[in-house]
Formats: sequence, C-alpha cells, structure tokens
Amino acid sequence: MLEIRDINKHYGTHQVLTDVSFTVGAGRMTGFVGANGAGKTTSMRIILGVLSPDSGSVLLHGRPLSDGDRRRFGYMPEERGLYPKMKVAEQLVYLARLHGLTTSAAKRNASELLERLGLGERANDLVEALSLGNQQRAQIAAALVHDPEFLVLDEPFSGLDPIAVEVVLTVLKERAAAGAPVLFSSHQLDLVERLCDDLVIIAAGEIRANGSRERLRDQFSTPRFEIHTDADAGWIRGVTGITVIDFDGGEAVFEADSDAASQQVLREALTRGAVHSFGHLRPSLSTIFKEVVQ
Amino acid sequence: MSTETTPGTQTGSQPDSAMATHTAPNFWASVWLVATREIVSRLRSKAFLISTGILLLIAVGSVVAGGLMSANPSTTQVAVVGSAGAVVGESPGLTMVSADNVAAAEELVRDGTVEAAVIPSDSLLGVSVIALDSPPSSVMNALSVAPTVELLEPAEQGGFLVYIVALGFGLVFFMSALTFGSTIAQSVVEEKQTRVVEILMSAIPVRALLAGKVVGNSIMALGQIVAITLLVGIGMAVTGQRVLLADLGPAIGWFAVFFAFGFVMIAALFAATASMVSRQEDVGSTTAPVTYLVMIPYFLVIFFNDNPVVMAIMSYVPFSAPVGMPVRIFLGSAEWWEPVLALGILAVTTAEVIVVGSRIYRNSLLRMGGRVTIKQALRG
Repeated sequence: MLEIRDINKHYGTHQVLTDVSFTVGAGRMTGFVGANGAGKTTSMRIILGVLSPDSGSVLLHGRPLSDGDRRRFGYMPEERGLYPKMKVAEQLVYLARLHGLTTSAAKRNASELLERLGLGERANDLVEALSLGNQQRAQIAAALVHDPEFLVLDEPFSGLDPIAVEVVLTVLKERAAAGAPVLFSSHQLDLVERLCDDLVIIAAGEIRANGSRERLRDQFSTPRFEIHTDADAGWIRGVTGITVIDFDGGEAVFEADSDAASQQVLREALTRGAVHSFGHLRPSLSTIFKEVVQ
Repeated sequence: MSTETTPGTQTGSQPDSAMATHTAPNFWASVWLVATREIVSRLRSKAFLISTGILLLIAVGSVVAGGLMSANPSTTQVAVVGSAGAVVGESPGLTMVSADNVAAAEELVRDGTVEAAVIPSDSLLGVSVIALDSPPSSVMNALSVAPTVELLEPAEQGGFLVYIVALGFGLVFFMSALTFGSTIAQSVVEEKQTRVVEILMSAIPVRALLAGKVVGNSIMALGQIVAITLLVGIGMAVTGQRVLLADLGPAIGWFAVFFAFGFVMIAALFAATASMVSRQEDVGSTTAPVTYLVMIPYFLVIFFNDNPVVMAIMSYVPFSAPVGMPVRIFLGSAEWWEPVLALGILAVTTAEVIVVGSRIYRNSLLRMGGRVTIKQALRG
C-alpha cells in the first residue's frame, strides 16, 4: 500500500499542495482527478522523488519510500519524451538498466514489450524516425520495460490513439489484478469512472474527496429517483413528500423526502400501468467532480 | 491478446527473479551507465570522429614538420669561382657548384641554379658575393665571422620554443574543454528539451545523472589528450627530437593531471549553466560565461608567456592552472612543491563547484520554458 501523508509544497509564494494525504491500496486502481494546475503532476513527482516536498512523507507498506523502492515504480510523466537519436530497443534497455535490471533481463523485457506493442520490427530504428503513434507506444514501453511493481501514470491516455489506449488499459488492469497499487490521473472522467476502484479528487492543491468509487457516489447521492412507465406520469406531482425535478410523458425524475414516499410512488405507478424501470439515481463522477471542486 | 505473454503474468510467475533484479541500486553503477551512454553516443557521432581525426592529424603533422626542419638543415647552393672555393669549403650549410669564370657564375645566379655566387676579390675576406635581387642572408651568415659569446645565466629554453609550448598547452586545453564542455551542455539540454529527463530523475538520483555526464565526457576529453600526448611523444622519438621530449615530458605529465581536475570543474559548470535553459538555441548564451573562463587562460598564455608574474598568478588560479603550471614547469621556474599546491587549490575549487553546480542542476531540470535565474536555481 502506498500512502501519501500530509504533503505540502510551495513554489515561491504559491502554495501548490496543502496537506495532501491519500492512499493507493494494493490491487486498487486509483484515479487521480483534478483540473489543470490543481496539483496532480506535482503530487506524482513527489511520489516518484523527482521533487522533494516541503513537508510530509510518502510511505510504502508503512516505511518511507527509498530510492531503491522507487526503481520498482513505473512512471509515465505528463511531459513525454525519449532520446530522439537513440534506437528504440537500445533506449528501452538503457532505461531498464537504470532501474536496476541486468543487461540480459533488460534485453528480454524490451524485445517482449516491443513485440507486444507491435514495434518489433522498429526495434533498431531511431526514435525520431518513428511515427507519432509509434513514439507513443515506445513511451509506454519505457514506463513498463523494467517490470514495475507499482504504477504512477500522469495522463496516460492523453494523446494516445485507440490501440495504444487499449494496450495501456490492459496493462493497468493486469497490474492491479496482480496486486499492484496503480495511480493514474486523467481528464477523461468517463474513463476514470469506468476503470477506477478508488478516486482522489484534488482542487487548488487540496484533496477534496477521496475514497472508493461506490462510497463517493453514495456520499454525494441525493434521494433522487427515476421512473419510466407506460402511462402519463403527471400524477406524481400530487404525491406527498415528492418533488418532481423533470417530467416528460411516462418518464419522471423526482426527489423523495423519505424511502416510504418513493416506494409509495412505485406502488401507485404499478396500479396505473406497467413500470419499465424504477431506480435510485446516483451521481456520475463528473457531477461529483463539479460539486466537489466548486 | 492472451494474458500468458504479458509481462505482468511473468512477474507473477517469477517473483523472486523480478525482485532480485531490482534490488541494491548502486550509485556508481548508475553513474557508469550514464557515462557509457554519453561515450557511446559521442563515438557514434560523425562530427566528433572527424574533428578528433583532424586534431590528431594536426598534432602529428606539427611534430613531423618540426622534425623535418631540424633533421635537414637546409643547405644553400652557391657558385664558386677559382680560389673562392677554399673560403666557401670551410663553411657548413653551403654546397659548392664550380663555375669557370665570373660570367658563368652570374649566369647560374640568374637562372636560379644557385642562391649566390662567391668570387675571389681583394676585400678583407678575400671573396665577394653576387646575388640576384637581395642580399642572401644564409650565404652571408655562413661566411661571416662571429665573436665568441659567454652567457652568465643561460635561459633553459629558447623564447620561440617557450612560445610554441605555451601555445600548445593553451590550445589543447582550450579546444578540449570547449569541445567536451559544450557537448555536456548540449546533452543536458537535449534531455531537458525532449523531457526524457523526468524519467531519468525518477530512476536514478540527480547526482548520479550529473556525475555520469561529467565522468563520461571527462573520459573522452582525457582520452583525446592522452592520444595527442602519445602521438606527439612517439612522433618526437621517431623524428629524433629526444632532447625536446625529455624537457617536455614532466610538463606534459602535469598537464594531464591538471587537465583531469580542471575539466571536471569546467564540465560541472557547463552542465549547471546549460540546465537553466530548455532549448538548444539558448545553450550558447547561457554557457557564455563558462566559455570565457576557458578562453581567457588561452589568450593570457599567448600574450604573457614571457611574463613571470602573470604566469605565476595563472599557475595558481584554478581556471588557468592547467595551462599556467605546465608552462612554468617546462620553463623550470616552478619549485617542486608549487604544482602540488596549485593542484590542491584546483581540487578544492573543483569540489566546491561540483556542490554548487549539482544544486543548480537539480533545481533547474524540471523548470521548463523560460530561462531559470541563478537565484531560483540556487534557492530551489
């Protein structure tokens, strides 16, 4: 388990992070969400030891993270880049060796990964000679070539073509399923919502919400229901304890003062005709995000 | 895609080996990896190979030319008439061509077969000289009588030789420091400009990254110096200039030692100043102060190699010591302890520069965009 505890960081007079604390559980896919400039990249850089915090600590299984631990992290920075005048395979081997792999292990990993990413035939090309899409794949390979046990990916999907997105998704899921803590940031809230077990929402350098996706949705949900019936649903307005939010023919969205009131609507609807659906409306991530950030 | 071929599954199936390969990150192993990459990428650069080849050719060429000039003292052909042959015959450096009479001798001068004609005359020497358009100095010198000269304090080395040696040390230091210094600067900015630096920083300590660059380029620079030294030494031995070699040997040895420390200092400065910008276009302006530091000793040694005070100061100031001290050693004007003291000063300065330089480097690497100010870089 990766634990970020009370991190503070400032640049000049600008406080970038204020008492940032959250955890990335083992095997949990954790989405890190925030607007541009909210502090995501700075937090990730501090986790990777690329930046030092003013105060606070990053703990791995309860111990402060060492340089040795950090070598087992796979990191994809938001600012992408590789040596343009180095061959793809050579570059991957170099990066893997910097992370502590032996030459033979590094070579094996690099060629396997390149095959898997469809870059096998490009292994001996210079990076600058690759197409943009292939450069992105090489970048993904660079983050994974040392068999990282933890993943910290800053905007891993931005600028990727659909095939590369699939590859990254597969790898993220694999690593999480194998028990690795996975932290990634993204602007694509629908993607985060679909993928993540846990969510961390940051705004203006402060953690605004943090926890499992389901818990957050419960926490931010209102007693709001949706019903879809055969007959005109206009009668719902007359039920006591009910406020209709939206209404269109047989469909209605309403808020109930109590569970009893919402069940009353359902019972009555059944007497009036067929009910196709009835459910508690839970907020989407983007709704939660807007609410939390404001 | 089947999950059997995925790296993730492999990590799962061989947890021991995967763990083992990541353990014990060694600082110097990282430094060496970075240094090796620097060296290999340099050796693959055609521009580097060509410029090194030219430099080595110049070094060999100058030795061979010097050897030829001293091995074959040029002889001048003169035409002699009659009894003048007896006078000319005693003079070294002149080869006689007999002429039947003065008219024939003049003809030989006119058609360029001989430099001058020597004919008998009633003058003090018993001969006079006929030349085409200007007095032939080599012939006149050969026929002149010089008084005996006794030097009370003979200089150890001749003035022109000192100038050449000083120029040589100055030029080699200047060229190597500038070539490999700007190579470091470019490599620092390349990593920053391409953003690969953040991945590197997440893998190894920044100190290791900086040290690797400095070590790699220092090895290349020293390698070049050693190659030049060996070629010059072998060249001198082959062309029979052993006396000069024996005089130069200690100076060259000290030069290599001073260069090793001096270059590390220069390299750290180049890396630190280069890290403050994000584009190759800005490297020149940001590293300009360091470039001046490298150029100043070169010009000082050209203009003041015969000024003992300036040379003494130069031999202790860390930036010029790699040039100044070897010249003084060659001149024989340095006591035995002087190079040791100057080297100590240089080593301490180098250590301090590395500390400050790595601080600037660390604080500047992630600041993209505009130029980082010295204040920001030092404060962090």
